[in-house]
Amino acid sequence: MIVAERKPLSEIRGFVENYHRILIAGCGTCTTVCLAGGEAEVKLVASALRISFLRDEKEVEVLEDCVTRQCEPEFVEKIDQRVKDEGVEAVVSLGCGVGVNFLAQTLETTPVFPGVNTEFFGAVVEPGVWQEMCAGCGNCILHLTGGICPIARCSKSLMNGPCGGSQDGKCEINPEVECGWALIVERMEKLGTLDSLEEIIPPRDWSTSHHGGPRKVVRQDVAPASAGKEGQAQ
Amino acid sequence: MKSGSNLERVLEAGHFAVTVEIGPPMDCNPAEVVKKARLLKGLADAYNITDNQTAVVRMSSIAAAVLIAREGLEPVMQMSCRDRNRLAIQADILGACALGVKNCLCIAGDHQSFGAAGRLKGHPGAKNVYDVDSIQLVAILKGMRDDGVQQGGDPIEVRPPLFVGAAWTPLGDPVAIRPLRLKKKVAAGADFIQTQGVYDVPRFKEQMEAICDMGLHERTCILAGIIVPRSLGMLKYMNSSVAGVSIPESLIKRMAKARKSAGDNKKQASRNQAQEGINISVELIEQVREIPGVKGVHIQAIEWERRVPEILEKAGLLPRPMVPGKEKENGSEGEDHGG
Repeated sequence: MIVAERKPLSEIRGFVENYHRILIAGCGTCTTVCLAGGEAEVKLVASALRISFLRDEKEVEVLEDCVTRQCEPEFVEKIDQRVKDEGVEAVVSLGCGVGVNFLAQTLETTPVFPGVNTEFFGAVVEPGVWQEMCAGCGNCILHLTGGICPIARCSKSLMNGPCGGSQDGKCEINPEVECGWALIVERMEKLGTLDSLEEIIPPRDWSTSHHGGPRKVVRQDVAPASAGKEGQAQ
Repeated sequence: MKSGSNLERVLEAGHFAVTVEIGPPMDCNPAEVVKKARLLKGLADAYNITDNQTAVVRMSSIAAAVLIAREGLEPVMQMSCRDRNRLAIQADILGACALGVKNCLCIAGDHQSFGAAGRLKGHPGAKNVYDVDSIQLVAILKGMRDDGVQQGGDPIEVRPPLFVGAAWTPLGDPVAIRPLRLKKKVAAGADFIQTQGVYDVPRFKEQMEAICDMGLHERTCILAGIIVPRSLGMLKYMNSSVAGVSIPESLIKRMAKARKSAGDNKKQASRNQAQEGINISVELIEQVREIPGVKGVHIQAIEWERRVPEILEKAGLLPRPMVPGKEKENGSEGEDHGG
């Protein structure tokens, strides 16, 4: 999932305190699962803002909504409709950065503010703990490294084994951070494939990642004929 | 000869090589570099110029390398993957070679969060690069030199004649992978290797046995790292906090005894520890020299370069050999070495 954390209330308030009618829009997918921006968090943020405005005798009406996903037109259109129908002046999105972008693109003239900090692609490794596991680099090499990603999980994204800073399974940046390469070595030892690490992985072509510019995937079998001529899915 | 560098010639001639580290200053004062160069001239076959070591901004390794070369010392320019992408690295390599640099040590570089392990502010909020890793960097330099191509495939008319080095942490975790890491560095084209500081000689020897069994000692020149300890505190700090450095209890006890012997006299305690640190360094040099496959030592006396002459003298490594270059190799800069 995409993992996010809620922004401090004071920061969110700073975005919207000069409007009279705002909408807090949650997302029912990733940010719900990572407890940052689902229905419950919408209620929480809205209530906290109301109390905060009331205390300062500011008249701001705070509306609430939560759609299934903020990254698909059919759901975002509902928010768009509500904004128009109810005269909403500003929206705080508790969806990930994708949600904020997509809402902003859809709402045209209504400002959209981020209510969460979008962190990474990760998994729940224990209750309340999310761990980054994928960097979305666009050219997966997990078959070479025992299914554990050196790009996302090594602090230096090293491709050919651990640097000299690995200590007791931890990374040099912080004893709380696992050394990604220690995990890879441990895993490949168990798989009996450690010898395959002998092969030198050449410099990567980072153009498949964000370094190649903003990316787009187009599935011709699904997309209408007019959709993106460039960046076609392989 | 790949580069015709003094370091390459000394190693090729079968001498036990000595390199010494010189850390550039955190300002633009060339006199600092020149001072260190004059202090160390003639003591080593080449001198490593660190590249923003411990993730702290310092005078660039290229500039400091050229400054010491002007003083007649041969630099080993360090090049870290943290701060430059492949374009910047290759441009800097071409520039450095144009200025006469003949040795380059390829390293990943400490993470930017390191900031001299908290002793300085550093730039923990910096964006790092790591476009390529140190093994890929070795291969890139080898390709530039031997095949005359940039990493992207464009041709290089005048190829950079570099003696290419890499670092190795023999006792770094996970230890099982370390010989394989070295094998990859050698396969990528590392002509020489400088190791992390060695204190635990028996364990280092075990790793070297594995390396010799793999035949790697014949394909590259391994220089054992010697970090000169100044005090009990430094030994303890390195033991607990520097990855890949493990210090036997016996050495810690020796240093503790040296400190204790001065009683309450703090200045004397400091002098005693410094002397014991030098004794330990000399012994370590003598011990690693006996280990099959070790072709030299790399001395790191961090901001304590003035004690290096004494260490090398006591270890019997002076004077340094003079190995003239062959005429056709047209070696010049930085080779009127040893004065």
